[in-house]
Formats: sequence, structure tokens, C-alpha cells
Amino acid sequence: MTLLSVESLSVRLGRRQVLNGLDFTVEAGEFIGLIGPNGAGKSTLLRSVLGFVPVEGLIRLSGELSGKIDARARAARVAYLAQEREIAWAVPVETIVALGREPHRPGFAALTAQDRAIIDASMRRMDIGAFRNRVATELSGGEKARVLAARALAQDAPLLLADEPTAGLDPAHQISLMRLFASLAADGRSVIASLHDLGLAARWCSRLLLLDKGHIVADGAPAQVLTRRNLRDIYGVEAFFGEVGGAPVIHPLDLARL
Amino acid sequence: MNADRRYHVLIALLAALTLMLFLLSLTVGPAAIGFGDSMAALVSARAGGIALIMREIRLPRAILGLMIGATLGLSGAVLQGYLRNPLAEPGLLGISASASLGAVLAIYTGLSAVFSLALPLAALAGAVAAVLVVQALAGARGSALIVILAGIAVTSFAGAMTSLALNLSPNPFAALEIMFWMLGSLTDRSMTHVWLAAPFMLIGWIMLGSLGRALDALTLGSETAASMGIELRRVQLLAVFGTAAGVGAATAVAGAIGFVGLVVPHILRPAVGARPSRLLPASALGGACMVLGADILVRVIAPERDLKLGVLTAIVGAPFFLWLVFRTRRSLT
Repeated sequence: MTLLSVESLSVRLGRRQVLNGLDFTVEAGEFIGLIGPNGAGKSTLLRSVLGFVPVEGLIRLSGELSGKIDARARAARVAYLAQEREIAWAVPVETIVALGREPHRPGFAALTAQDRAIIDASMRRMDIGAFRNRVATELSGGEKARVLAARALAQDAPLLLADEPTAGLDPAHQISLMRLFASLAADGRSVIASLHDLGLAARWCSRLLLLDKGHIVADGAPAQVLTRRNLRDIYGVEAFFGEVGGAPVIHPLDLARL
Repeated sequence: MNADRRYHVLIALLAALTLMLFLLSLTVGPAAIGFGDSMAALVSARAGGIALIMREIRLPRAILGLMIGATLGLSGAVLQGYLRNPLAEPGLLGISASASLGAVLAIYTGLSAVFSLALPLAALAGAVAAVLVVQALAGARGSALIVILAGIAVTSFAGAMTSLALNLSPNPFAALEIMFWMLGSLTDRSMTHVWLAAPFMLIGWIMLGSLGRALDALTLGSETAASMGIELRRVQLLAVFGTAAGVGAATAVAGAIGFVGLVVPHILRPAVGARPSRLLPASALGGACMVLGADILVRVIAPERDLKLGVLTAIVGAPFFLWLVFRTRRSLT
């Protein structure tokens, strides 16, 4: 099933053409890494799918034009994990996670038993049940990231967009987050995560979209996208390429000599 | 749920305190009337001196105290939640300053002497002008930052024009009247003031009160809230126009009463587990308590001197603000 289809998507912010005629589709079960240098348009691409920026072109969520569905209906189809881990008030962790149910709650309705079950499952999945009653503003960066990821999970949407979700996390938490995304994809959902860590992208994503200056320059399996040539031309780095147990291992080593 | 029960107990306590202060406000005044007599006069059909004092002087004063306090507390809580800034307060949008300017112009031109409702009506016009300017500057997609900047611009312009009116005032009495009015007071208000302000405040409460869930979602930032189905444009319109209706009407009938909208949400936030939606009713009741209490105090402390309500709330509010600075400094180090 096609969860997202993007046709000739262009975005202009002020005078800058940030995205230039992108075309791609996302099927259920894919874990897509959105990679590319700083300023390539990764965040803008995610934000345009969410309707945060004015766009040209067509974006369809589960077949329906994104501009035609209202904000709540969109929220039931796509969840967003923002790059900034903002929690303004000293609210308990469980209350934050429960916010994920917001788009599913009609009027003044209280949380249903099903909502509670989804909230509990999300907290279990992110392993934050132990501090569910702690105040969110007193958590460490990694804990906060897990709480916010649990919040996005509780939204229970088929498509999850995550903007640099692994930034600022220690290796163990980076890996457990990537594992989580892979398992969501295995359950028939889709995840699109913008990533700077090419090693993680190569190891865990089923497909990579390489963006450069607002264009998709490569789209395919990690081994096809993360080539020596792309790394040199697009990122300007030389990298170590290896393989462990059939999975690619990539580590940038030095700046490319031009 | 333990937290839920605590919240309901808090709301019940605040409601009881509000009711108590409302009744107390009815029984405090220069005319020494016993509690039983005053309540009896309020409900009896017979006209008389006591009934007149109760119905024409004390009742409107207590009702206005209740309504204005609730408005200030509610809009302070909404604006802090909307802007995600604990220092936000109703005055921030330039509405109180512009309403004051409208009132000052009515005094300055002598219009208020000719026609007594000219003053509140001019103040309401000032509030309307301010909200239109702020909304036009902020635009449909306006970010919270732009709303603040627009509010600051409107506040300083209205302040400058008010100073100009003082500067050019035809005689010292007019200047004194302007100064006194700006201090904020509930003295000598009539039921006409209540009827004038009530519809605007009611509309304001409905608009502001509908924002609870949106403000909860905004805890995680505006884009995350938008991704959860919150329409930011609608939230901005309701927050700005709701504040304008409520605070504009409050300023029109009582002058600028500062610090209530800043202090009350602050004190109550920890008690409701910091959830913005729960802070709204708590803060409305808390605001009503603070204004009713302060208005009782001004009558008890200096019955002969007509101490202004706004002066008292500022005397309580400013030290609180200092305490806030100290606490913020401690949490930073």
C-alpha cells in the first residue's frame, strides 16, 4: 500500500529554492533514511509533507491529497518527531505520551481504555515505564528523546516522520531507536528519518533517499546509494567501506581531495 | 488517579474561596451593615437605604471584582501557554495599554464628563483597535514571536500617546483624573458597568476556555502541536481575540489592573501538575480570588483614602516578580 506519494514537489522559502521537483513514493513496510549534507532540504521535505510550508506539486497521504484533508485527519495518517526536543512545562512523562492520543479524541472525551493501552504499549516500547511519573523537564537529553518518541508512537499513525531522531543520543540509544523504527516497518508501517550518521543509515534503513541542493540524487538500497562516488561528490568525504554479516558498514574517514 | 483527585479538590477549594471572598466583599464598606442584614437586603423585595447600598454599590463592585479577576487569571494562563513563556501576561498584547489610551482620551476631551459611558466605550474602542493592529501585524500564519513583537509595538505607542495626553492636559485636575483612572479601581461602579462588560467577558471566556487541549499540545512546540492536528491559526485567533474581549472589557470598566494575570497562573501551575488545560479553570478562580481579596483589602486598610486596587496588586506583584527572578537564577546556576 502506498502511504505517501510525492509528485514534482517544489518548495521556495523566501528567495531560496529549497526543494526542486521531487518525485517518490513510500510503501508500507519501508524504513527510509533521508540523507544529504546540511542544507540539502531534508527537514523541509519532512515539513512539507506535514503541511508546514507552502508547496508546489502534489503530496498524497494514503491516496488523498494532503491539502484536502484537515489537520486532525492528517494527524491520524502521519506522526512527526521533531528535531527540537521541546517540553515547555514541568509535566509528568505519562501526560506527555498521552498527548499522542490527541488527534483520536473527539470533543471533550476522556481517554478510553484503548487509548490507555496504546499509551502503555508506547511507553513499554521506548522503555520509559520506570519514570512515567517523573517530570519531563528534569530528564536527561536521551530520556527526553525517548519520551518524545513514545509520544509519536502513541499517535499510532501508519507513517512516522522523524527529523534527526538520533542526534545527541549515545550509541546504545541510537541503535535502540533505529531498531524500533525497523520493527515499526516490519509491522507494516513506514518511517522516514533524516539522518546524518551514514553508518546507522547503511545498517538499519531498507532504503535511502540522498538529497543534494533540493534534488533527489540517489534513491535505492543503502549499498546502491552510499557509493564512494556519491560520498565524494555529494558529501565531500572519503569513507571506509566494509561488511559485517552481510550488512554494509560505512565510516567517513577524511575530507575528499578535490 | 491520584493527580486527578488532587486537581478536583483544588478546584473545589478555589471555588469555595472565591464564593467566600465574594460574600465578604458584599459586607465590607463604609456603611456598617451586619452580614445578615446585608444579605437580607440583597434578596428582599423592599426598597430601602440598605438595599440601595447593597444593590447599587456593593453588588456591582463584587461582581466586577469576580469577573475581572477571572478574566485576568484566565487570559494570563492562556497567553503563558500559547507563548510557552512564564512571563507572558494579558498586558503583553497591548490591549490594556490601548484600552487605557481610549479611556484617557475620553477624559482628556471631556467626553466622559458629558456622558458617563463614554469612558468605557472609548476604552473598548481602544482595545478593538489594538487587537486589529496586532492581528494585522502578526498575519494569519503569525508566529508567537511576531505576536509578542506586535504587542510590544502597540503597548509602547499607546503608552506614548497616553503620556502625550497627560503632557498636554488642559488643567491639573484632568491630569489627576487620568492618573487616578489608570491606577485601576472598582470604586463607585454601577450595574451599568457590569452589563456593559459582561457580554464581552463572557465571549472572551468562551474563546479562551476552548483552548485547553490545544495548549496542552503546544507544550511540545508549535510544529509538534500542528502535527497532532492543532490548527495554529485558530489558536492564535482565539487567544488574541479572546484576550481582547475579556481584558479590553475589564480595563474599560476598572482601569489597568496589573500583575494578576502574571502571578496567578504562576502560583497555581505546580498545583495542577503544570498541565495548561488544567491551569485555565484554576487560574480563572485564582484570579477572581486575588482581585476580590485585594479589593476587600483596599477598603479595610484605608477606608477613607480610596486606595487604588491596581496599586495594591502591583505592591503584591512586584516582590513576587523579584522572587521569580531569584528562583530562575537559582535554577540556572
